[in-house]
This record gives sequence, C-alpha cells and structure tokens, in this order.
Amino acid sequence: MSLKENLTEAFKELIVKVATGIPEDVYEYINKAYETEENPLAKAQFEAILKDMKLACMRTKPICQDTGTPYLFLEVGDDFPLKSGIIDTFKEALRYVTKKMGILRPNAVDPIYAKNSGDNTGRFIPWVHTDLVPGNELKVNLMFKGGGSEAPSTLVMSPPLKGWKTLKETIIKTVANAGPLPCPPLIVGIAVAAGADMALTLAKRAVLRPIGKRHPDPKVARMEEELLNALNKLEVGPHGFGGRFSVLDVKFEYAYRHPATFAIGVITSCWATRRGSMTVKPDGSYLITSKHLVHEGDNCVVR
Amino acid sequence: MCCEVIEMSEPKIYRLKTPLSNDDIEKLRVGNIVYITGTIVTARDEAHEKILETLEEGKNLPINLNGLALYHCGPVARKRPDGSWEIVAAGPTTSMRMESVEAEFIEKTGVKMIIGKGGMGDNTTEAMKRFKAVYAVFTGGAGALAAEAIKKVKDVYWLEDLGIPEAMWVFEVENFGPLIVTIDTTGKNYYKERMEEVMKRAEKIVKELEKKPFPF
Repeated sequence: MSLKENLTEAFKELIVKVATGIPEDVYEYINKAYETEENPLAKAQFEAILKDMKLACMRTKPICQDTGTPYLFLEVGDDFPLKSGIIDTFKEALRYVTKKMGILRPNAVDPIYAKNSGDNTGRFIPWVHTDLVPGNELKVNLMFKGGGSEAPSTLVMSPPLKGWKTLKETIIKTVANAGPLPCPPLIVGIAVAAGADMALTLAKRAVLRPIGKRHPDPKVARMEEELLNALNKLEVGPHGFGGRFSVLDVKFEYAYRHPATFAIGVITSCWATRRGSMTVKPDGSYLITSKHLVHEGDNCVVR
Repeated sequence: MCCEVIEMSEPKIYRLKTPLSNDDIEKLRVGNIVYITGTIVTARDEAHEKILETLEEGKNLPINLNGLALYHCGPVARKRPDGSWEIVAAGPTTSMRMESVEAEFIEKTGVKMIIGKGGMGDNTTEAMKRFKAVYAVFTGGAGALAAEAIKKVKDVYWLEDLGIPEAMWVFEVENFGPLIVTIDTTGKNYYKERMEEVMKRAEKIVKELEKKPFPF
C-alpha cells in the first residue's frame, strides 16, 4: 500500500477509536468519582456515564450523539514525505466514517448558505494546528469537541495590572454560570497570552494533556492545583446535581504576553472529552499511542 | 434548605408507562428518578416551530402528543439494509433553547413529560404547574445509553425538510432512563434553586482565591 493509503486507514482507525472509546484517563477518573461520590443523584449520573462508556465500546457506537467538531494538532517532521496530503487524507477518512460507517453525526454547517455538508468537512473544517519539528515522523493529536461544551468558553482581555485577579474570577464564574449545560464534570483549559487567538488556542491545546498530569513548571502546576480545588468547591457536580466533582482537572498553558495585554482564554470540555494520538512513520506504518476503552472478546478493556 | 434534603436522601424511583395520566405526573417531585416505557417523541428547535405552526393553522399533527413524553434530542441514525432505522446514539440536547415556545407547546399538545438536559426557565415551570406536566433530565452526553433503551423507531416525520437531527422521531422505548425530575407540577424548579446556591458559592470562592499570590 502507498503511504496515502496507509495513512487513510490509520486515520479511520484513530477516528473510530476516539469517537467510540473514552480515553484511559477520563475513564479512570470517572470510575474514581463514581466510587467516592456520596450524593445519590450525582452518583446516579456517574453510573449512567459509565454504562454509556461501556455500551459505546461494546457496540462501537459514539459515546455522545454530538460527535463534535474535528480538531487536528499535528507535529510534522521535516522529512515526513506528506504535507498538505495529510489533511486531504484525514478528510477522506472523516467522510468514510461519517457516511459509510454512520458513526459520526454530520456537524459541519455552512453559516452563509445554511447547509450541512453532510460529511463533517467544510471550510476550515477540520480545524488544523501544525507544529514543524525535526525528524521524519508525523505525530497526530485528534480531538472531537462537542458543541454544548464549547458554548461557555470565554475570552477576557484584561488590563495587565489586574490580570491574575481577572483570571481567578473568570475561571470560577465561567464554570459556575455554565452550571449543568456543558455536561460537567469538565476538563477546563486556561491560558494566558499576548493575543486573543493565542490564549484560546493554547487553552484548547491544554485539554490534550491527560488528567492528573501537571504542567512541567512547578509554579504553573501549583496554580492548576489551586484552581482545581477551588472549582470543586462550587459543587456544580455531574449535570448540576452537586457533589465533589465539578471538574476533573484544570490545565494551564501560557505564551509570553505583550506589555500592554493579558489575554485570558478559558475552554470547557465535557466529561465525554474525546481525544487520541498516533505516530506515523514515513512508510505509513503507525501506532496509536493513546489508550482507550476498547472491545475485547465479551469485555471492554483499556488498551 | 429544601435541596440538601433532596440531595442526600435516597431518591424515589418510579417506572411509568405512556400514555401518562395526571395522576402519574402529579405524584412526581423534583429529585425523583423515573424510567419510561412506551412512546416518546423527539423535537428540537425546528420541530417545535413546525408543530406550533401546524396547530396554529388548525391542522392535526401527524401524531397526537397528548399524554406522551417529548424528548429534546437530535439522534445519530442510520438505515439498516432492510430499510428500517437504527438509532446509533440519542442523548439529550440543551432544553433552554426551547424555553421561548415550550409553555405554548405544553398547553396546545398536552405532553405530560419533557425530557432534555440543563433545565428550563420560569415560563415552562409555570405552564407545568398549570397544565400538569414535569421536566426531567437524561444524563447529557450519554448517547449510547439512550440508544440502548430505544427498541424501535415507530415513525419519523418531516425528515426530508428538517434532516436527521431536527426531524420528529417517534421511538418505542423500554425503561428509558434514569430521568431525574427537576421541574414538578407544584412549581418547583430544582436547577434554579441549585444554580443560585452555586453562584453564591462562586462569590465566596473568588474572594478566597484572591488571597492566593498567583503566580506562586
């Protein structure tokens, strides 16, 4: 098979895995929440969520009917033989999984002509971020981001002197105001940067980092922990039913800022955070590097 | 402190069959868990509009909604080789988008239960008290779990015009749930009270956080 054919197959496998198999970290944290939560209504929600994850895995069905907007975060090696072909290949795989397999709901809508493309591709969709890196491999991070959980996402351009004060207030009020709507418990990405777009992009990218894995900078890591503890005191809980788990984690990222700006981006991601990653070699052989809840025999296992 | 009691006591569980009677509905209270067996009908934004337009013109709806449960849902559906429909995933959508028309909808159609996610507002709460209906939430995002309880697609209307997610689907369901009642016929709106409580907590938490010297 040619590299393009191999890559198409790789993308199909990754897309199906991400849409139907909850990532290992999310599965473990929801299990932990279910086991430790004492509020009966919140516990009932976690029980339903765990059943849903297992059914999605057993039946190769989407975890949520909102199969989201596709985001690609690529690291393209200098010597990886494909460049624009990577995106074409991904689109082909996306069309196949949407139209031939019926696993993804068509979610790409033209706002000008009010038409759904029917295959999840469209102008600027998938949304792609590319980093150019040394080497000959391609690294792919794929995220399907739900619409409802994107709605509360916030941008605040703060005066720099008030930056940190504004940041604390923004993240707490964003999660509190959203209440049950974005399907908590959430993963919250937050970023500080020079530009508005930078802050939101970095906040979204931060959601890729697994739950429980702290930022490598100890100062940033400590802020993540403080914000996580503070948010869980809100007692929004799963779908607004209270209890100890309003957020699963907080992920902080930053770029250098401009002396006159302090852009704060907040991205909310639902309990059904769907993301996965793989590495592709120049000959098209690939390895899915993220672990998911997958079907094996009569069971679902994390693999 | 109503809500503390509701949260910590074991929730009451009801198993109901459609058509739902006023007696079925009036015994339900916020915090109760319900499983439904029978017929539920989906409608999102556009189907709501279409249903109300049809009634406005004095015409009959393709299905009588009296006593049934309405589900705010845009499913993922695919056709089997024999032409029948398979519901792949069918979790709830955000109910608040329908708030502006739901009171009229309840009055004119006679639905007894509305299922969605995220809660609804004062107009719907008022209409539910007047016309005896309840609002219950299905776990948001749990699309595969919802699909599992849907045993059959009985009908689908306006598919051509509205497309799969917006069409009006008629599902035969078995033990569809858990549904948690958050608006009952006494005028109680669980989420409204809960979210006021959360906002108060938010003020306090922001003040506590302000004392922390970010970045450390």
